[in-house]
Amino acid sequence: MRVVGLILSGSTKDNLDKLTLKRTSTAVPVFGKYRAIDFTLSNMVNSGITNVGVFTQYNPRSLMDHLGSGKEWNLDRKRGGLFILQPFISPQSRKMYYEGTADAIFQNLTFLRRSYEDFVLIGSGDHIYNMDFRPLFKYHVKNGADITLLTKTVEGGINFSQYGQVITDENNRITQIYEKDPQHRSDKIFLGVYFINKAFLMEILYANVPNGKFDLLKDIIIPNLSRMRVFSYDFDGYWKNIKKSVDEYYNTNMDILKEEVRKELFYSPERKIYTKLKDSAPPKINVNAEVSNSFISDGCIINGVVRNSVLSRDVYIGAGSVIEDCIVLQGSYLEEGSVIRKTIIDKNVRIRSGKKLEGIGNEINVIEKGAVL
Amino acid sequence: MRVLAIILAGGQGTRLGVITNNLAKPAVPFGGKYRMIDFTLSNCVNSNINTVGVVTQYMPHRLVEHLGIGKPWDLDIKGGGLHILPPYLSRSGTSWYQGTADAVYQNIEFIERYKPDFVLLLSGDHVYKMDYNDIIDYHIEKDADGTIACMEVPVSEAHRFGIMVTDPFNRIIEFQEKPKEPRGTLASLGIYVFKWNFLKDALIRDAQDNTSEHDFGKNIIPKALNENSQLYAFNFEGYWRDVGTIESYLDCNLEIISPLPPLDLHDENWKIYTQSEELPPAFIAKGASVVKSFVSEGSEIYGTVENSVIFQGVTVSEGTYVKDSIIMNNVFIGKNSYIEKTIVAENTIIGESVEIGKGKFAESKIDKKIYNSDITVIGFNSKLKNKMTIGKNCVIDNEVDLNDYDVQEINSGEGIIK
Repeated sequence: MRVVGLILSGSTKDNLDKLTLKRTSTAVPVFGKYRAIDFTLSNMVNSGITNVGVFTQYNPRSLMDHLGSGKEWNLDRKRGGLFILQPFISPQSRKMYYEGTADAIFQNLTFLRRSYEDFVLIGSGDHIYNMDFRPLFKYHVKNGADITLLTKTVEGGINFSQYGQVITDENNRITQIYEKDPQHRSDKIFLGVYFINKAFLMEILYANVPNGKFDLLKDIIIPNLSRMRVFSYDFDGYWKNIKKSVDEYYNTNMDILKEEVRKELFYSPERKIYTKLKDSAPPKINVNAEVSNSFISDGCIINGVVRNSVLSRDVYIGAGSVIEDCIVLQGSYLEEGSVIRKTIIDKNVRIRSGKKLEGIGNEINVIEKGAVL
Repeated sequence: MRVLAIILAGGQGTRLGVITNNLAKPAVPFGGKYRMIDFTLSNCVNSNINTVGVVTQYMPHRLVEHLGIGKPWDLDIKGGGLHILPPYLSRSGTSWYQGTADAVYQNIEFIERYKPDFVLLLSGDHVYKMDYNDIIDYHIEKDADGTIACMEVPVSEAHRFGIMVTDPFNRIIEFQEKPKEPRGTLASLGIYVFKWNFLKDALIRDAQDNTSEHDFGKNIIPKALNENSQLYAFNFEGYWRDVGTIESYLDCNLEIISPLPPLDLHDENWKIYTQSEELPPAFIAKGASVVKSFVSEGSEIYGTVENSVIFQGVTVSEGTYVKDSIIMNNVFIGKNSYIEKTIVAENTIIGESVEIGKGKFAESKIDKKIYNSDITVIGFNSKLKNKMTIGKNCVIDNEVDLNDYDVQEINSGEGIIK
């Protein structure tokens, strides 16, 4: 099946506080060496997609840096490959930015028109999951669907009002979607992945976007549910949206300390998660170090105590320092004898000797990129 | 000024025993994620030498796979880059490379294509960091025909090296290859810079000499000295190791993980590049203990690791104790095992409650020349069954499934060779 991938990357509407001051949410580091977008991008590549467009507009520098030519995902190709689709001005359009998902795709219709694929898979770069999309493609064709939405049935534990709640009939055809409804209406939530026939997508965009309907889900799909064949495909694996809140970001990172999550996300031989390589040396754990229940990336040097934490590349932990329940991002340097608990330390932070920092109650501290404390 | 580097990577490395049975020595894993040749290759690109020929001959498969098109070293470029130079057949009757000099001689045409001013001749199995610009600048300054990097070694070690005797201006006046009675302590590091015209001439004349062994140390250098050529010694003062034996292989790995290593792999300014595996960061479980060790990506540590190098994708299960050892890629170690002073090669599976490296040293019954320390070596793709005990200085061959053997105990100095 010929499928082109589109990845929506970040808006100003994320809740990640200081973490997205200098980067878009899809370029937020997760699990030590990865960026959020690696998962959706790798899933697409692992499902046989070789032509992927990534929409960027909010703070794209670090995302662009990360993606490069797409080499790490085998997307530096002569035919297809990786395309960065940023907002632009032209004689036809003087809009400086994308006003919504549908608008973003509509402004880049040339990309779809030129691609020879018949289907479009639209994903979001903020989602953490490892999935083979191919069964979904088959399911879509078997149902003769116009659109198939990826959904998940959850038994609570989430704030349903933050998600789109999906109601289906007995054939899994979607009859109603309650987008960010304060009431709990259904256990089935929409995971932000659309699978659409390309010609159909282009048609609905031409019909709606020029009339000011800029959001694919809210303005186009939901009002027309009865007129389109929209099906739901349930995914039952691990799925998280790190953009929802700092807590969600923190908890998702901590999930990697669970064996079953690690196994599912990373140890599937056919579906590896690819990321930009940095060529750091293996982590070095020195004589006085004590490490337990932690995830340690290449380039780290540990002389202190690390417990229940996730460390990105090239982190230095001085002797006598204690790191507990923390997420430490790339290149941060903790001098000797500092004690940090329940904190997200962004990139290239320097913590001076003897500094003590603890989250108050259940609050999670976030230390801004490049800060010196 | 054009410089071309030739890396000799055809060596057999016989004294590494089963590790190099199916593997060229430059492809031997090192330091948690690297292979030996990464050091020389990274030195080249970090020194801005971007035309590199790698001469292969012995068991080249893993080496060639590792090198690929040179992408990790940024050598996948136009007009230069990485070239693999295997032995080849032609009408003029070429054959296997007869020696180091013959290997370069047979590739004269390749080198000529790039019209280099200087040729840098390197070895693919040394561990060191060196900016080759220093030796090239020195070579130019002295207007030498050839310059050989060298290092002071203890007199007791001198018999293992090529020893140079120099005049006060560092000009080489005598060269002794592995001398029984060394006349100096300045050892050759196997790093040479030659004027290409000089080298080409020497190689062509050497090829015509039927009595020659076609070796740089034995033939080319002594002959050049006889003919009064300008050969100079360049003193290298950094860390350099020829990892030739099982003992030096283990020692060198463990030196690199010490708190203040003589060769710092974490140095941002002189990175060592390698072909990376796509693996998540290392996981160290609750109750695990890791001290003074490297733990590479994709590893999962539930037991205790002390003074060891753990490569990628290794599992050390609960209750297991690993000490002073090297555990290569994708090794699985079951519960409650004990491993001391052991090299475990890639993809080997060690069962539960296995004990390796306990007991007293005993002389090897397999091969005294190769296995002569208290280090036990377990080969590639082998399987060790539960509750086995293996002593010191033992060896298990590659691809051995011990379930097929009716042994539960291997005493020190013994082993299983297929």
